[in-house]
Amino acid sequence: MLGRVLKRWSSIALIVLLPTALAAGCGQSKDSSTAIRNEGSDTMVNIAQAWAEEYDHKHPDVHVQVLGGGSGVGIASLIDGNCDLANTSRKMKPDEIEKARQKRGAEPREIVVGYDALAIYVHKTNPLESISLAELAALFGEEGTLTKWSELGLPPNSQGSDKIIRVNRQSGSGTYFFFRETVLGKGKDMKLASVDANGSKDAVSLISHTPAAIGYSGMGYATEDVKMLKVSRRRGEPGAAPTLENARNGIYPITRPLQIYVIGQPAGPVKEYLDWILSPEGQEIVMQLGYVPLASKESSK
Amino acid sequence: MNDASTPVKTTDARRPGIARRTVVDRAEPLIEGLIRLCGWSAIVFVFAIFFFVFWGAKSALFGGVSLVEFFTSARWQPTSEVRPEYGIFALLVGTLSVTVLAMAFAVPLGLGAAVFISEFCPGKPKEILKIVIELLAAIPSIVWGFIGYMVLGPILIETTGAAVGVNLLNGGIILALMSVPIIVSVGEDSLKAVPDSFREAALSLGASRWEIVYRVLFPAAKHGLLAAVLLGVGRAIGETMAVLMCTGHAVQIPRGLLDPVRTLTATIASEMGESVAGGMHYSVLFLIGLVLFLITFIVNLAADLVVKGVRNEQR
Repeated sequence: MLGRVLKRWSSIALIVLLPTALAAGCGQSKDSSTAIRNEGSDTMVNIAQAWAEEYDHKHPDVHVQVLGGGSGVGIASLIDGNCDLANTSRKMKPDEIEKARQKRGAEPREIVVGYDALAIYVHKTNPLESISLAELAALFGEEGTLTKWSELGLPPNSQGSDKIIRVNRQSGSGTYFFFRETVLGKGKDMKLASVDANGSKDAVSLISHTPAAIGYSGMGYATEDVKMLKVSRRRGEPGAAPTLENARNGIYPITRPLQIYVIGQPAGPVKEYLDWILSPEGQEIVMQLGYVPLASKESSK
Repeated sequence: MNDASTPVKTTDARRPGIARRTVVDRAEPLIEGLIRLCGWSAIVFVFAIFFFVFWGAKSALFGGVSLVEFFTSARWQPTSEVRPEYGIFALLVGTLSVTVLAMAFAVPLGLGAAVFISEFCPGKPKEILKIVIELLAAIPSIVWGFIGYMVLGPILIETTGAAVGVNLLNGGIILALMSVPIIVSVGEDSLKAVPDSFREAALSLGASRWEIVYRVLFPAAKHGLLAAVLLGVGRAIGETMAVLMCTGHAVQIPRGLLDPVRTLTATIASEMGESVAGGMHYSVLFLIGLVLFLITFIVNLAADLVVKGVRNEQR
């Protein structure tokens, strides 16, 4: 939550300060600098920031501004014309595509730039090693009946409480949608009364403070105080650990594409920037930050 | 003594300043107009905000959402793909339970502190206490939230055996600590406003200190004390950031002090950013804003009526 709030404030500060800074800067620098506005998913904000910094080094004439806020915020901003590129960790919804078409007069285009694997986190003292998608569905899904750690085979009260504390995400976030669709299946709802964290980092931090908790978040958010579970597709099968290889070759079951949306056919500096992101250089950054880069065949096209 | 000496001083001061006085006289209508504008602008702002929130909520209000379901259903599933449900009953209960719990802690603590500062505390510690309590009021709510989340949460898990540290009790304690400074400073002011002759009369009748506080000061200062409590309630209901971090943000009707809950304000804060602008979810969040508006209106109205009732009784 705190991270998110700070991000909000820093974006507000950016909005307020940027025009002033630009106005002040204009006198000195050549007027040729182009700005690319990049906004959206909190999951992707670290990558987007790293891309922007690296690209600014290489191309001093192009300035990339990055804002977080969430996938929905980025899409809303793209629809309103307040940004050029929207980072999203979910697909655009049909009503959003329709709105974009009406307001901007062109089709939004989707470019997959990498993958994210959602890891299942528990407290570091939790003896559980592996969990199946069916068990996760029984835990998080509306019709699910799994509520106690003893039902997962843990010794009674080893986590201070037998009740499983489900750490969920706020219901608008891209991560929430992705988890719901992948684990519960299409057209299913989450069980209410979960503890909803307001950001990827906050979910992990809450789990690290709560021995009886289980939750999900991007695998780049792991810390020393939490443990990532192996995940299997069926109960009893050996689980796959959330690693780069397992995520890219599809052995790890909870993997999602990260994408950038742009309105119409990209051209000029925006196109160059997107091409660079898909190049081995851009993909190297995805790798360094703990996300899953595109396989080399995908990135060269 | 003071009353007698002031008029003399002012007449002395006025004599050499005749020219200045005419300037002040000329500026007076201007200043009067400015002050009038300030007064009216408050009304304009309130109506403008109300209208803005109402406008945002209108598509939910007229036809989008069944108001019966809205108020009585405890199911808040705004982003469901099957059937979005907008029932705020659990959120209403969350807001009310956190507020009531916070007041259960804050009212005795705040009024007790106010009585101590105004009646029992000697000179120097009194000044220090007042400054420290004012400092307490200056702590931003995000910091309170952080304390609840990082410090109080783990403590609650260890001491109470709660399954999760961010819960109703955590939110209640943090909100109580946030409202105490307001209750203390307003309460202390109203106790101080009770004339000393009341205390002297009670003393001369042989009343103990406790009897003076309980039988004389409380009845005499009850408007002010009520205002102090209601200001505390207002702070607790409207608080967003701290409760978002401390209450656990879980859509459920709490069955105990250690259950996580979710409040109306926190729901708006966490979901507004990612709801589709102009969509039904977005509009329903505005409708929640309208409900909050209504709750504070009722609290204020109740306070007004109670105070008026008390006044009439005294006559």
